[in-house]
Amino acid sequence: MKVLVTAKRVVDYNVNIRVLSDNSGVDLNNVKMSVNPFDEIAIEEAVRLKEAGKADEVVVVSIGPGSAQEQIRTALALGADRGILVETDVDVQPLGIAKALKAIVDKEQPGLIITGKQAIDGDNNQTGQMLAALCGLSQATFASELELGDGTATVTREVDGGLETISVKLPAVVTTDLRLNEPRYASLPNIMKAKKKPIDTFTPEDLGVDVTPRVTTLKVSPPAERQAGIIVETVEELVDKLKNEAKVIS
Amino acid sequence: MSILVVAEHDNESIKAPTLVTVAAAQAIGGDIEVLVAGSGCGAAGEAASKIAGVSKVLVADNAAYDHAVAENVAALIAEIGGNYSHILAPTTSAGKNFMPRAAALLDVAQISDISGVVSEDTFERPIYAGNAIATVQSSDAIKVITVRGTAFDGVAAEGGSAAVESLDSVQDTGLTTWEKEEIVKLDRPELTAASIIISGGRGMQNGENFSLLETVADKLGAAIGASRAAVDAGFVPNDMQVGQTGKIVAPDLYIAVGISGAIQHLAGMKDSKVIVAINKDEDAPIFQVADYGLVADLFKAVPELDGML
Ligand SMILES: Cc1cc2nc3c(=O)[nH]c(=O)nc-3n(C[C@H](O)[C@H](O)[C@H](O)COP(=O)(O)OP(=O)(O)OC[C@H]3O[C@@H](n4cnc5c(N)ncnc54)[C@H](O)[C@@H]3O)c2cc1C
Ligand SMILES: Nc1ncnc2c1ncn2[C@@H]1O[C@H](COP(=O)(O)O)[C@@H](O)[C@H]1O
Repeated sequence: MKVLVTAKRVVDYNVNIRVLSDNSGVDLNNVKMSVNPFDEIAIEEAVRLKEAGKADEVVVVSIGPGSAQEQIRTALALGADRGILVETDVDVQPLGIAKALKAIVDKEQPGLIITGKQAIDGDNNQTGQMLAALCGLSQATFASELELGDGTATVTREVDGGLETISVKLPAVVTTDLRLNEPRYASLPNIMKAKKKPIDTFTPEDLGVDVTPRVTTLKVSPPAERQAGIIVETVEELVDKLKNEAKVIS
Repeated sequence: MSILVVAEHDNESIKAPTLVTVAAAQAIGGDIEVLVAGSGCGAAGEAASKIAGVSKVLVADNAAYDHAVAENVAALIAEIGGNYSHILAPTTSAGKNFMPRAAALLDVAQISDISGVVSEDTFERPIYAGNAIATVQSSDAIKVITVRGTAFDGVAAEGGSAAVESLDSVQDTGLTTWEKEEIVKLDRPELTAASIIISGGRGMQNGENFSLLETVADKLGAAIGASRAAVDAGFVPNDMQVGQTGKIVAPDLYIAVGISGAIQHLAGMKDSKVIVAINKDEDAPIFQVADYGLVADLFKAVPELDGML
């Protein structure tokens, strides 16, 4: 079985982003970029399926600028076999991403697709679900456990009340939550090996998909600042403040 | 303009995030209808008809919609969606699951987790873990939107008298079979509904130590939350995670115990009215958002706090 995974290029989760003073967006100059953390979990899961003999090929896809090759290389160093870059300088939104991914799914015919649940830049949490819809496939979002069966997969999902287990027909789209696995680090030999693995490049036009955004960002502003608070010396002082100043307990 | 609100419910009653979503619909303005899709959900449909400001309730009662199976609920929303200018659902795990699927079936974008309504086509939403707020305008004919639970004051659950209509169409894709759930039974308020929350982080050291927070929570009528580190380490279950990729909360009082204050955690709680931090490291970033900070060993401070309540 072939597994398709996705790797979005995003601002590293450790970076404290800054809103540009003209409110046009956030400052991406000289900012460390990484594979979206949920996508690292997706890649890890796919590679483990291959190591367990349940998958025979792992293909990683990224949609973005030419520099997204770096994130594909990272995925290849983590164990993916080959990469596909859908190259565009348009800031493609989830519906457009899902359409581009559908074109890749049509080409590659994977038995399983694993995406992250959420890209930590736009915090949209949409793409996997949209891809499943466009392909007419089942979806298992927010996965914390994945078990492949015969033509089906059993997935435990993190939901608001706790955990839920569903069984989905394959091929399916699975989106990862934090507890699915703990991604490995790429070893130096694997980073070297990854340089020789193939990456195919297409444009959205090559694939015949329209990625024009439907949503325009009018402005980006910093969030409301919180007033700096005070340090209390004792628990007694804390309780007094909460009762008599903030009046949030009685 | 007609707005469809997809209800969050448990077949018996309507959940609070639905009321928040109706409030967002009112901010957009227009006729508001509520869809209750479930199995044996007549009582929830009746409850929805009492929500203030709702003109009609559509009840789709069929086994196919049990547990809000995304493939089926999304197909149902897509089937009736053409009648509406806006389709709204709460940003809950169910809403996050079926709404983008419905949007794609309708070939429209989704605007996720809005925190404000500027006009009928322009909305505010947090991005980058709430470190920036984007104002976005949609050019789609149907706006599919999820609504942040802390962003609007919910409308009254009682007072309305909407007509209830049943939808006979059954969208059963047969793609997914629901098997089982492990739902944590709470004696305390739910995190997203609580007016006081006490949360523990890696500093709690293990699951047993969360009992220290429980006794305080019981006295305050508080819910208990956690950081990702505490959940990943297995101290507490996943449904307790507060943050960018967990639950978003904004109680009157949030007490963070042994939590450093990573941006991903702050994203989930920094809109709380009053924030208290108890941490032994005076440089912990949590103190930068805390109204009241206590630099102390939690194993000493929390029992002391308990004794004073
Ligand atoms: C993609 C992604 C998504 C994430 N989503 C979330 C999310 O939704 N929610 C979330 O919380 N995190 C999230 N994180 C993780 C986040 O980056 C931090 O790693 C996490 O919040 C740290 O948890 P913590 O504060 O409990 O642990 P730590 O950062 O280890 O802090 C523990 C704190 O406890 C204090 N402490 C230790 N012992 C004591 C004691 N005896 N008395 C008092 N204080 C003590 C220490 O001084 C320290 O400040 C996410 C990360 C990524 C990459
Ligand atoms: N540009 C992209 N390239 C590759 N994968 C993407 C891209 N955008 C989103 N995805 C995938 O979709 C998931 C959810 O993203 P989002 O819907 O934007 O929150 C991410 O974790 C990725 O796995």
